[in-house]
Amino acid sequence: MAAQDTEQTRAKVDGVPDGLWVKCTHCSEMLYSRELARDLKVCRRCNFHFELSAQERIQVTVDPGSFQEHDAQMRSANPLGFPDYPEKLTRAQQGAGTADAMIWGECRIGGAACVIGASEGGFMRGSMGSVVGEKTVRAAEFALQRRLPVVMFCCSGGARMQEGIVSLMQMAKTSAAVARLHQAGLPYICVFTNPLTAGVLASFASLGDVLIAEPGALVGFAGPRVIEQNLKIKLPPGTHTSEFQIEHGMVDLVVPRREMLSTLTRVLRWAAAPNSSPAPITPGDQTIAAEL
Amino acid sequence: MTPENHSRNHSRWLPFERPLQELEEQIAEIERFTASKGIDKSTEIDSLRQRHQRLSHQIFSHLSPWDQVLLARHPNRPYTLDYLRLVFDDFIELHGDRRFGDDPAVVAGLATLDGRPLAVAGHQKGRDVKERQYRNFGMARPEGYRKALRVMKLAEKLGRPVVTFIDTPAAESRLEAEERGISEAIARNMAEMSLLRVPVVALVIGEGGSGGAIALGVGDRVLMLEHAVYSVIPPEGCAVILDTFGRDPSRADEAAAALRLSAQDMLELGVAEEVLPEPVGGAHRDLAGMSAGIREALVRHLDDLSALPVEELLEARYRKFRRVGVFEEPAAG
Repeated sequence: MAAQDTEQTRAKVDGVPDGLWVKCTHCSEMLYSRELARDLKVCRRCNFHFELSAQERIQVTVDPGSFQEHDAQMRSANPLGFPDYPEKLTRAQQGAGTADAMIWGECRIGGAACVIGASEGGFMRGSMGSVVGEKTVRAAEFALQRRLPVVMFCCSGGARMQEGIVSLMQMAKTSAAVARLHQAGLPYICVFTNPLTAGVLASFASLGDVLIAEPGALVGFAGPRVIEQNLKIKLPPGTHTSEFQIEHGMVDLVVPRREMLSTLTRVLRWAAAPNSSPAPITPGDQTIAAEL
Repeated sequence: MTPENHSRNHSRWLPFERPLQELEEQIAEIERFTASKGIDKSTEIDSLRQRHQRLSHQIFSHLSPWDQVLLARHPNRPYTLDYLRLVFDDFIELHGDRRFGDDPAVVAGLATLDGRPLAVAGHQKGRDVKERQYRNFGMARPEGYRKALRVMKLAEKLGRPVVTFIDTPAAESRLEAEERGISEAIARNMAEMSLLRVPVVALVIGEGGSGGAIALGVGDRVLMLEHAVYSVIPPEGCAVILDTFGRDPSRADEAAAALRLSAQDMLELGVAEEVLPEPVGGAHRDLAGMSAGIREALVRHLDDLSALPVEELLEARYRKFRRVGVFEEPAAG
């Protein structure tokens, strides 16, 4: 359940100055970085989707200028007094440039007002501790208050081990908040991006009304490397991917990044349009109900 | 194995129990000698028994976090079905999730506690090699969680409270579990449990192993047996993954201490509401006594919870999990 170190599966796109060439981590094609940026960081040759930071993700998704971040300053404490944790947090903050592994706020997507959240994979593998848990719950509660749809971009190695049982409890806490969204009849859409495993996949991410995955993303409860190590077995190729998950009915759509915005816009338009269905059936209409 | 013979079977000793093992063997030998020769050695035996008692108290009140982990996984530790027989007046096991199959790693069904009808769901480990395999070591598959949820929803429909027993190393993560949506099953259970319109008490009886545990753990009350543990990851796994412990599984004891996984820790961290004391030496030393303690606690908590209006109950359950978390927020401005 806890965050696994998936350094090897992580594509390195940080520290690329403008005007330089970037080698695709998947097919080794040399890509001109400005072009790569224009392509939303997708390789022209092999369609490999590089990871986006939370900021980049929001930038390519929301209507320009519409994003207002909430709780930007929220930081992790060290609830267990876990050794090395404060140092790791400081290093992660310097590396990722965010206070923790998620940002959220209000925005418009294709004109529709909504709440958006995005994991920061560059911050301790996007792992969920108290901050990610609290931010997810606040996003859901804000949406409840304003009756807004919620869109979550999820990538995470799982629960943050350094927060021990407190991080495990974030799974229950976020799932309970999402349950309230469902109860209130508010749309909740999740997008799975590379890599998404363990505690986040097994809590608020899997509870979306519509689940969309980016192509080629690692998606699975335990990463394949972990399973192979623990059980001393060799897995067939292609398991624990977006394509595997859609084949087994666990996600609704696999959508390439360049079509993500238009897909989200269409789904939001469908979900958030004023209700045009006939008035709810009253006791006098029971015959109709029976026919239905 | 019946509760009676398993409580007498101390064939497996944990490292910190060795002094007790020696004493018990000594006592047994003197008893054999007495019986064969007809010589009265009762004062000697009494004094050895007293020493055994003192030593037990001493050892079991000063367990290290790693010792706690070993004790929670003790091969003789009572499992869910052992308690079901003794805690409840009646139990009818129900099978299957109506979607794929029946998972023997989870038992669920209709029980009666002191005359009150309620639903029970819990992880089930196996005792011997064959049963351990049959129960998949208590590692539930998606259909196990879905069976539990089906029975919990049935309880809700009929206005019966829910009691869960938690005892699992982890959820099953092999490919078959992945194919059938183990992540979704865990997430769905937590979401649905948070909305159940009946009282829910979750009891960690052994290993509270990560997502596999919390999938049955969203209760109005979370109770811990004294020597049960609850953790986001097994200490061995934590030690292997983190450079903090040199990625060295032999440093699991350090990881166990850092993770704060004991019953007492759960109280202090606001995860559990009560720790139920175990018989000295652990629940397996006196299954009947432990069962009586569990029964008393369940009755008390369910009586409390049943007195609450349902909206209040649900709000309190939400708040209970909502407030777990420690973070800093610099004042805006």
